[in-house]
Amino acid sequence: MKTKLRSLALAGAAAAALLASAASAQEFRYAFQADAQSLDPHGLNETFTLGFLGNVYEGLTTYDADMNLVPALATKWEVVDPTTWRFELRKGVRFQEGQDFAADDVIFTWKRATSKESGQKARASLIKDIRKIDDYTIEITTPGPVPTLARELAWLYIMDKEWSTEHNATEAATPAQAGRENAYATTHANGTGPFIVVSREPDVKTVLKRNPNYWGQPKTNVQKVIFTPISQAATRVAALLSGQIDLAYPVPVQDWKRINAAPGVTALTGPEARTIFLGLDQWRDELTNSSVKGKNPFKDVRVRAAFAHAIDLNAIRDKIMRGASWPSGLMWAPQVNGYNPKMNTPYKYDPALSRKLLAEAGYPDGFTVGMDCPNNRYVNDEKICQAVASMLARVGIKVDLLAQPKSKFFAKVLASGGYDTPFYLLGWTPGSMDVHNVLSNLIVCRDKERNRGKYNLGGYCNKRVDELTDLIAAETDPARRQAYIDEAAAILQKEYGYIPLHQQPLSWGVSERVSVAQRADNVLDLRNVVVKE
Amino acid sequence: MSDETALPEAAGRPDERPPSALARFLDSDLWWSFRRSPLVITAFLVTVLMIGAATFAPWVAPHDPFDLASLDLMDSLLPPAWLEGGDPRYLLGTDDQGRDILSTILYGARISLLVGFLSVILAMLIGVTIGLVAGYAGGVTDAVLMRIADIQLTFPAILIALLVDGVMRGILPPEAHEEVALFVLVLAIALSSWVQYARTVRSSTMVEKRKEYVQAAQVIGLPSARILVRHILPNVMGPVLVIATIQLALAIIIEATLSFLGVGVPPTSPSLGTLIRIGNDYLFSGEWWITVFPGLALIILVLAVNLLGDWLRDVLNPKLR
Amino acid sequence: MLLYIIRRLVQSVLVMLTVALIAFTLFQFVGDPINNMVDQDTTLAERERIRKELGLDDPVIVQFWRFVENAARGEFGVSYRLKKPVAELIAERFPATLELSIISAILALGIGIPMGVYTALNRERWTAKLFMTLSLIGVSLPTFLIGIFLILIFGVQLRWLPTFGRGEVVDLGWWTTGLLTASGLKSLIMPSITLAVFQMTLIVRLVRAEMLEVLRTDYIRFARARGLKDRAIHFGHALKNTLVPVITIIGLQVGAIIAFAIITESVFQWPGMGLLFVQAISEVDIPVMAAYLMLIAFVFVVINLVVDILYVVIDPRLRTES
Repeated sequence: MKTKLRSLALAGAAAAALLASAASAQEFRYAFQADAQSLDPHGLNETFTLGFLGNVYEGLTTYDADMNLVPALATKWEVVDPTTWRFELRKGVRFQEGQDFAADDVIFTWKRATSKESGQKARASLIKDIRKIDDYTIEITTPGPVPTLARELAWLYIMDKEWSTEHNATEAATPAQAGRENAYATTHANGTGPFIVVSREPDVKTVLKRNPNYWGQPKTNVQKVIFTPISQAATRVAALLSGQIDLAYPVPVQDWKRINAAPGVTALTGPEARTIFLGLDQWRDELTNSSVKGKNPFKDVRVRAAFAHAIDLNAIRDKIMRGASWPSGLMWAPQVNGYNPKMNTPYKYDPALSRKLLAEAGYPDGFTVGMDCPNNRYVNDEKICQAVASMLARVGIKVDLLAQPKSKFFAKVLASGGYDTPFYLLGWTPGSMDVHNVLSNLIVCRDKERNRGKYNLGGYCNKRVDELTDLIAAETDPARRQAYIDEAAAILQKEYGYIPLHQQPLSWGVSERVSVAQRADNVLDLRNVVVKE
Repeated sequence: MSDETALPEAAGRPDERPPSALARFLDSDLWWSFRRSPLVITAFLVTVLMIGAATFAPWVAPHDPFDLASLDLMDSLLPPAWLEGGDPRYLLGTDDQGRDILSTILYGARISLLVGFLSVILAMLIGVTIGLVAGYAGGVTDAVLMRIADIQLTFPAILIALLVDGVMRGILPPEAHEEVALFVLVLAIALSSWVQYARTVRSSTMVEKRKEYVQAAQVIGLPSARILVRHILPNVMGPVLVIATIQLALAIIIEATLSFLGVGVPPTSPSLGTLIRIGNDYLFSGEWWITVFPGLALIILVLAVNLLGDWLRDVLNPKLR
Repeated sequence: MLLYIIRRLVQSVLVMLTVALIAFTLFQFVGDPINNMVDQDTTLAERERIRKELGLDDPVIVQFWRFVENAARGEFGVSYRLKKPVAELIAERFPATLELSIISAILALGIGIPMGVYTALNRERWTAKLFMTLSLIGVSLPTFLIGIFLILIFGVQLRWLPTFGRGEVVDLGWWTTGLLTASGLKSLIMPSITLAVFQMTLIVRLVRAEMLEVLRTDYIRFARARGLKDRAIHFGHALKNTLVPVITIIGLQVGAIIAFAIITESVFQWPGMGLLFVQAISEVDIPVMAAYLMLIAFVFVVINLVVDILYVVIDPRLRTES
């Protein structure tokens, strides 16, 4: 499935922009709902942070506006044998502070990404070794076949060995370590990308300027970028409408009408490659925060099925998402490599069946269960959870909803919080745009040694799915690979391992003063931003 | 003085044995000035009506917004009944989850008033006790207590309330915090507003203490606690009630503000402030009723209570008129 | 008089120590600081080692003293949420809050005090009654609602004013100011009005009450009896005697404005300390909470000290008393 590029091509200077703005030509001002968590490209594997840093740092490969994989710091690559890849590196590239880019930097980056605090360990562990053939040729070996390697490497940003050594930043630092002596890279950046960090006040403002020595010829004519995080949606929209910023994202779906009606701004929308889903704790022997004691009702497939059939995806789409979501039966979106439309049948909305299943499972009067939900991460996340709670109430399940800001939510439900959740809402965009990424992160049994299933918060586990995931990783024949993927999808569906809800919409508000490309992974690549003059 | 504070509703009854408390009330300044001012009568009626409707929300409200099973997402975002697309079942429209706005306002006002009253009562208990003790005991006790009050008075209520809430949030695990959020809020507001009572009561107590009846009671050896509660307390209650009324309005605003900032009561049992915060998401999309009606309800309630408080203060403190 | 000021100074130090104790208790009881630094899989032995390194196994009193020492130097550690030294964060945010507060204070006092005097002197005039009714409405309007409505009307409908942030600021090295650019000044208008309204209405009412109190005093009556002109009485005697309580009010209100800035800053996404503090509270970012608390306490203590000293200067009676 091809993704759509939506670029605005509206001519003429926007009168609105002139009103309240002091923006000079070739200055681009935009707002997101949160700030990049850190400047360390290996500290955290989070879409926005990495997407933002992708303007400053670069990987060996990258995605273009249409999500096609294109060369970046590597000019070409080939698969020598299923576990060996050869990359030719770009010559004449300099880091922003002047250091030369060469093979040693790639090797250094990989090692750094495997260091103790790295948030990129999963990606780094796809690589067994990197051999330097000459300064501009490397050979990467993988522990097993990894057909998606080149895709994954788009997110592993190359750092300069010299610079990192000089500043004692040879190990990745999580955002939590910032301010300590080995965390220079969390507050300073030196990449090869088209933009340079000029100043940064966390949570207030980050200013970037164009890198005059950039090796590429990106489309953009922007010289200065001002990024401001604005957490409140209403303020973000107001700022866009009043012409103070050129782009705001996300904007609430309910505000599209209003934005399109306003002069000089448009809502730019399309399906995002992110799947929103519900997960159930099938791992603990007794649920945390539930009225059921001594056992875990979610271990019974009938209860999981009852939950799945109690949720009316179409009502969520029509009312909460204002028609702008795509109900899903799969854990991956149509844009993802390996998606098969035939397999995409959402669970049917059937509350009567739910009640019957609950009764059969021994809960004719339902039970109480806690639910964890972020309230500032996904489009209308808290509202979806509230709707789910009231839909479940109709089949007798009482949900104690705990909606929190994402930092607290993630701290509780992720591995670092001991997977402390009985029932939760989460979203996932596979960084490599391949099904294998979804399977190995969310669906395989949790396996600390192999660094797999780290985001499988509910502990769903099926040995056959594990085998299939390995097969999918190694299989190069497309038809056979698809058969494995379909088999895994079917098992997951039959076992109600997860409850997929929908793909959420991309929802940007854009001034007519600029043209941008909206990537399906919701990343704003400044290389594609053009300010009209 | 204490008689004057009887609720004026009692006025409907025929008076039997003059000069009963009622007759004295009818003859009082309070009643006279009350009857004279249509604004005050309106404010009083509005307050009583809102308190009544909120208290009996489960019986008065057309729907139960907390009964999740009764909600239908398909009924969400309906405009008020008199507008196009409105539904007569939902007079003021519905919110994003299909809850009836009128009902959420009634239930929300209930929470707002509950927090308001509880925190005022708690603050009054703390403040009056400290004031009585400080004023009666004098000396070091007085100095220490009043110094604490001074320090606290320099910190605005909203800040102290935020801080108490923040500390409780840190101490309690998140699930537990949701459950007790309401009481944390009450505690936070009460701890931030007891000083006014304490100061007023202290100065009144110091005046009363020197009066003969108290000295007489001391001479016949009555215990201090008894003197304080039976003799001094009734005589300092007038100003306390004035403060309480004004503080009620303030407490409701503080609660709404904290809830608006997202550190008040959780959205599962929304107060007026929470409703305004939720509705704030819909200001630009045209669904103005989700935030405007709760906002109006809040303003009207606070204004009515403030008017009453203002009037009470003027009547009980005629010097200031 | 010197004794009086020294006594006040000692009291201020005591207040600061009390607040420091509260802030220190925050660190002690709200979450184990070690947990915020290490991984789930850090061994117990390693935790103990870190604990020793940080001096967390010292007696509580030693730790408290260290905390006070660090606080006095402005060191509060690293924000759990923003991963930056708190001192740096505060230094970045402080100018925003202070500029907003000062402008609002000027608005609130500049309009509130004359209005209060006017309403007290012309009690029966309809304009005074109108002011009083308006002020009552003002007291009843929650600050955040005022902000929201202003944004809707002047930001979104009319598009006259910016709706968030400080606009363009000029960096003076040690200070950032929005007062030197057009967009910075424009950005100040709505937040400062929002912040000023509530305080202003409060000031009108307080000043009026004080003024009335003074007008009832015996010497004013004597002055009247002596046949002095109203004008001379009001401005020569009454207003002068209202000054002491009014200064108290100013002191309290300036403090209140800084605190109420929290709300205004969240509504307008004003990048000041208040916004920092609210976000710190919802995510239990203790270092920021503690630092904010200490800083605000310090500001308040200084204001109170100044007010106390002004008392002595203005009111000669207090001089002899002390």
